[in-house]
Amino acid sequence: MDDAAVIAALRARDERVFAELMRMYNASLLRVALIYVATRSVAEDVVQETWIGVLNGIDRFEGRSSLKTWIFRILTNIAKTRGQREGRTVPFSALERPGAVPEAAVDADRFLPPDHERWPGHWASKPEPWPEERLLAAETRGVVERAIEDLPPAQRAVISLRDVEGWSSEETRNALGVSETNQRVLLHRARSKVRQALEDYLMEAQ
Amino acid sequence: MSATIEQLSCQELVELVTDYLEGALPQGERASFEHHIDGCRGCRDYVRQMRQTIEVTGSLTPADVGPEAEAALLAAFRDWKPR
Repeated sequence: MDDAAVIAALRARDERVFAELMRMYNASLLRVALIYVATRSVAEDVVQETWIGVLNGIDRFEGRSSLKTWIFRILTNIAKTRGQREGRTVPFSALERPGAVPEAAVDADRFLPPDHERWPGHWASKPEPWPEERLLAAETRGVVERAIEDLPPAQRAVISLRDVEGWSSEETRNALGVSETNQRVLLHRARSKVRQALEDYLMEAQ
Repeated sequence: MSATIEQLSCQELVELVTDYLEGALPQGERASFEHHIDGCRGCRDYVRQMRQTIEVTGSLTPADVGPEAEAALLAAFRDWKPR
């Protein structure tokens, strides 16, 4: 179903389409809400309020952005307000200046020191190929899930939208209201940490 | 042309992997990146691991929101229904 068809169905009060839409976006909405509010239960409230906002606004929605972008804007506004009300200093810097605090993709001690006479910055302990057959095992996926849960909220939201949900960078940028560069910084940090978690797990038994 | 390719260290390369995979590296840096992985097994394996990481992440099922929340929303939908 394209946007126009979904919008028409919502305006015609088609409950089946509404239920389908919720199923499609709820997990992502929750992840994004968690950037702004502290707990899962508040984030769930925010998601509920978002859908009520969608219902209230759909008759007036003009389609200047995609439906998805519009829904996530409603969510972000509600989540920001809730976050402020909770007295939480919303980590705007996490979205607006994610590069402010340096974070290495790989520990510096895996590389030769910068003053090494022949190979400064080259691998001291290089990555070894992973056992292919274990990659898609349920246990390995569990490791990845936990690594994602452990990420800071903005990184977790970006990797969830991009790599779990399969959204494009443009869709992700629009949903979060971040620049392309910042989206990429967040994605890079998230993926790097998940890679590290996989390496720790897969190499441990070797 | 390889004489004009700037040398990247492995430590620098690992910070460029996402830009590389996203197609966001300027041409010159892209050439340095590819030149480096052609000659460095550690970095080639690293880039491969990043691709594998993306693949495993892509195999996860998106988390669900509890059925209670969904039921509450469907109830809200029914209240809203008349227009």
